[in-house]
Amino acid sequence: MTQRSLLMIMARDFASRLATAVFLVDPDGTLVYFNEAAEQVLGQAFVEGKAVDAREWSTTFSPEDEHGEPVALASLPLGVALTERQPAHRAIRITGADGVPRGIEVTAFPLFAHADECVGAVAIFWEHTER
Amino acid sequence: MRVRVWGARGSLASPGPDTVRYGGNTSCVEVRGADDTLVILDAGTGIRPLGVRLRERSHGPIHVMLTHLHVDHLEGLGIFAPIWSADTELHLWGPSSPVSSLEERITRYFSPPLFPVHLADVPANVSLHDAPEEPWEVGGLTVRAAPILHAGPTVGYRIEEGDRSVAYITDHEPALGADLETAAEEWISGHALSFGADLLIHDTQYTDGEYPNHIGWGHSSESHVATFAERAKVDRLWLFHHDPMHSDADVDRMVRRVRERWGVGEDRCVGAAEGLEAEV
Repeated sequence: MTQRSLLMIMARDFASRLATAVFLVDPDGTLVYFNEAAEQVLGQAFVEGKAVDAREWSTTFSPEDEHGEPVALASLPLGVALTERQPAHRAIRITGADGVPRGIEVTAFPLFAHADECVGAVAIFWEHTER
Repeated sequence: MRVRVWGARGSLASPGPDTVRYGGNTSCVEVRGADDTLVILDAGTGIRPLGVRLRERSHGPIHVMLTHLHVDHLEGLGIFAPIWSADTELHLWGPSSPVSSLEERITRYFSPPLFPVHLADVPANVSLHDAPEEPWEVGGLTVRAAPILHAGPTVGYRIEEGDRSVAYITDHEPALGADLETAAEEWISGHALSFGADLLIHDTQYTDGEYPNHIGWGHSSESHVATFAERAKVDRLWLFHHDPMHSDADVDRMVRRVRERWGVGEDRCVGAAEGLEAEV
């Protein structure tokens, strides 16, 4: 079995120790890990070894903007981090797998092992009070 | 392949009466292919006596594979006899950093004030190569490098000849990134590199009792290496990178504990000592 990128191994370990919600994807946008704090916000447990592609995770939680309009993958912070290879931040609303709507702030950034080698991206997020 | 240890000490050369059996020289392992291809793993002080041996016989290109640039893995290069001969073709392989090539990084050490001569001024024909991500051929050997968990850019190596393989993973703390007993294999640093190897040469710097005071220093404990070897399904294991504060008796005890933990005997697990050789 091929080893994950060392940066991703370290990022996952780092995330697993954080009380802040963290969501990790590979360079293709496939979900590789989210931590316990993220489980609480997303309303579901992380399942090891279950590959969830970007199209799936970007719609599962029904992200919406402040007007209730759906937010496409390319406009989600993690989508920007993956496609434009730059950090991004946005406030969105999601509906967790537990059916609970939540307003969250999301900051995402790409992970570069070398200047030309993106090994994935990470999003951190947290619930905010209703605006 | 024939594998021989020329230096197995970690961190600092440690000669003296307490380290005679395992030796005091820092990391250096010679790998010879069936066609006499020569690969040298790391350039610790153990490379000095190897250089003396090489001076006594003709040799083809020399490939030195550096795992990283901490001094104990590099400090022998300046006193490696073949680099002072214009007849030597020397290839240095090692990890680049996220922003610098191996050449840029290694010349920082190999220049004043840390060393009196610039690398560019040694007589040997020296070529520097960033260790590629894809396997490459060196004579009849196939070499693979992969990043492993240690402080700073560090790689481990797997060398194959036919269906035989040696994995050299020193200065490695896989437990820092994953629970070695429960993590999926793809999340364990070094696992793919060493999986099914006929011989694994692996860092075992700390006892289980010492490790808690050295978390993050980039090295493994007895339990870590036993678990790692078991999960990697290697045939034989040489414990390597002995702590400079450990005597021969200390290393003997560590070897026994790793065997017990892994459930194997002397035929599969020994402490790497200068002069230890094996046909793989």
